Amino acid sequence: MQEHDTSWVRTEMALAEPAPLGERGAYAWVRKNLIASTGDTILTILGIAIVAWILPQVINWAFINAQWTGPNRTVCATVSQGGIQPDGWTGACWAFVNAKFGQFIFGTYPIEERWRPTLVAILFVALLVPMLIPRVPRKGLNAILLFLVLPVVSFFLLSGGAFGLPYVETSRWGGLLVTLSLSFVGIVVSLPLGTVLALGRRSKMPIVRLLCVIFIEFVRGIPLITVLFFASVMLPLFLPAGVTFDKFLRALIGVSLFAAAYMAEVVRGGLQAIPKGQYEGADSLGLGYWQKMGLIVLPQALKLVIPAIVNTFIGMFKDTSLVLIISIFDLLGVVKQNLSDANWATPQTARSGLVFAAFVFWLFCFGMSRYSMYTERRLDTGYKR
Amino acid sequence: MASQEILREEPSRGSFINDPKIRSLFFQTLVVVLLFGSIWWIVHNVIDNLQRLHIASGFQFLRGRAGFDISDTPIAYTSDSTYGRALVVGLLNTAIVAVAGIITATIIGFIVGIGRLSQNWLIRKICTVYVEIFRNIPPLLVIFFWYSGVLAVLPPPRESFHLPFGSFLNQRGFYFPRAVWGDGAWLIFVAFVVALGMAWFVAHRARQRQMATGQQFPVFWTSVALIVGLPVLAFLLAGMPLTFDFPKQSTFNLTGGFLLKPEFLSLYMALSCYTAAFIAEIVRAGIRGVSRGQTEAAGALGLRSGPILRLVVVPQALRIVIPPLTSQYLNLTKNSSLAIAIGYPDLTATAGTVLNQTGQAVEGVLIMMIAYLVLSLVTSAVMNVVNARMALVER
Repeated sequence: MQEHDTSWVRTEMALAEPAPLGERGAYAWVRKNLIASTGDTILTILGIAIVAWILPQVINWAFINAQWTGPNRTVCATVSQGGIQPDGWTGACWAFVNAKFGQFIFGTYPIEERWRPTLVAILFVALLVPMLIPRVPRKGLNAILLFLVLPVVSFFLLSGGAFGLPYVETSRWGGLLVTLSLSFVGIVVSLPLGTVLALGRRSKMPIVRLLCVIFIEFVRGIPLITVLFFASVMLPLFLPAGVTFDKFLRALIGVSLFAAAYMAEVVRGGLQAIPKGQYEGADSLGLGYWQKMGLIVLPQALKLVIPAIVNTFIGMFKDTSLVLIISIFDLLGVVKQNLSDANWATPQTARSGLVFAAFVFWLFCFGMSRYSMYTERRLDTGYKR
Repeated sequence: MASQEILREEPSRGSFINDPKIRSLFFQTLVVVLLFGSIWWIVHNVIDNLQRLHIASGFQFLRGRAGFDISDTPIAYTSDSTYGRALVVGLLNTAIVAVAGIITATIIGFIVGIGRLSQNWLIRKICTVYVEIFRNIPPLLVIFFWYSGVLAVLPPPRESFHLPFGSFLNQRGFYFPRAVWGDGAWLIFVAFVVALGMAWFVAHRARQRQMATGQQFPVFWTSVALIVGLPVLAFLLAGMPLTFDFPKQSTFNLTGGFLLKPEFLSLYMALSCYTAAFIAEIVRAGIRGVSRGQTEAAGALGLRSGPILRLVVVPQALRIVIPPLTSQYLNLTKNSSLAIAIGYPDLTATAGTVLNQTGQAVEGVLIMMIAYLVLSLVTSAVMNVVNARMALVER
């Protein structure tokens, strides 16, 4: 037998060759992502055309041509409109936003008392930030302070009438202050209320179940405006003569009940996703109903539906803008109200004010949705199917 | 908590306090008593308040003279008409804007949703930006933006923008040629209906034949030929009974043509843009929900990319898409009530006016709620039928 001559087999591995030129670098990326086929190239050209058409206009309007400061409408109006700008000028009138900024934030809250909402905002941020960062300890205490103590403290700070603070009626509250307080209270009330409604809907007691189903389906079938109408027009009729309560409070009740119905459906989805074995396991351990729900089922169910809960919060935050229809002036309401100020009436005012309001709303909603994505990733225990 | 303490005090089983049946009976009785108590209290208060304010209850006020004008009237209405007719006009306006919005939002939403899954980086990013902008601002703000930020700053009628097909765009709205149907136009409509019926019949027979013999029949092209051809034939036979009433520019205004007012336009555009962002996300999730194995298996069976999409991917994606799509349609219908903020006379706006004029708060709010409930129920009923046809048929 002949010996196998293996001298031609190399003994050490060859170094990896770099990928071919067409598969790496910027050119390959462009080829793969922008011009993969004829259709793709046409789409890319179309996309570039859209961007090239919109983006310069937006940048010109919002930054380059924009007017940042000024005493009145003249800085934002063209000569033919009685201003100082050349004819044909279009640009954002940030001067308007600048001049009205205090109103946009506080509404008609008395100027000398504005430190009170500011203090509430500082407290809120100081309690919220450690709540949102998972590594900070003492979450329980933090939650109690944020969800139980802060609302009470804020109520006394904002409305006053006690501890030597002058009383500020809620009709003078406005702007971002109203938007945030409405949505904060809505969030704090709607989550527990919605959970109770969801539990009621899955209860074994037929009457409780029926009532919860009727409430949830009824509220989800009608627009928020009708609920607000109901709260502002019909609620006073329901109370004995002489008993009235604040319009702001009525809006709060309307918004909270509305959000609770949606929250109930979200929580129900979570409850349904928990396998029967978990309920039975809890029963076999001898836990009572509330122990079973509070210790076993709800923690798992709520975790499953965090994204949907945050979506409901975002929806509610956006929906608070509707209170302007029952003449409570939230951020959007105050902006809208100020658009009719003759001192600032130019063709650019409406656009600028609304873009500013949109930006503020967007910032909050986008932040919430990003935070929910982060939490979802963090809580993902890998048991997902 | 309470249950535990009771358990500790009376450990003996068989005590009726611990019997779940008796407990639930007791608890439900309590709920019913509380409920009826508060209903009685509320009704008592309402009757009391109404008597004090001298408001007659009941729905007789619907026959009274409305006395206010409505800017958009799909059916004949003057200020001499009744309150009831005003409410019907409002309901029709809500339905019009909802249907138009649903159609447009679905089209934009599907385009953007598919765009977010495109191979093309630029298209993907543009669609993402669109979705992230509109999902995160309130619909009311979008409506205001269209109304006072875009449409209100358009030029006055004398300097209107001229658009193709003899239409105009200015401060007062969008003018476009109105189609005027002459005698015999009903023939075209009849032909269209007949064509639809025939197309359905052809599709039905073609499927039966394919099941029996395996032979295919070009159903799509036959249907197109029928649905386009028959009405065109009828149009020619009836002597082309169609003329257009073009809008004409006069000194201060435009006359003739069909006018879409800025209130309607901004509501319609805003609702479409806003809801489209949500529909886009639903469509994206639906398509991504169809597993890759399905596409690959279809390819292995020898299907080409067109039939793969049509026969395998889309039917399964629709199954995921339809339930959330339904709730978006419902949301759009409910959001159309924001019309009140810009003065488009929808149901909420007219009912609000009626309510203010007559003081019939209870009846007004009740009518509003019932009308929206009915609209919602009709929309979900229609979508449930669609869903039932799409749903997975299991053993």
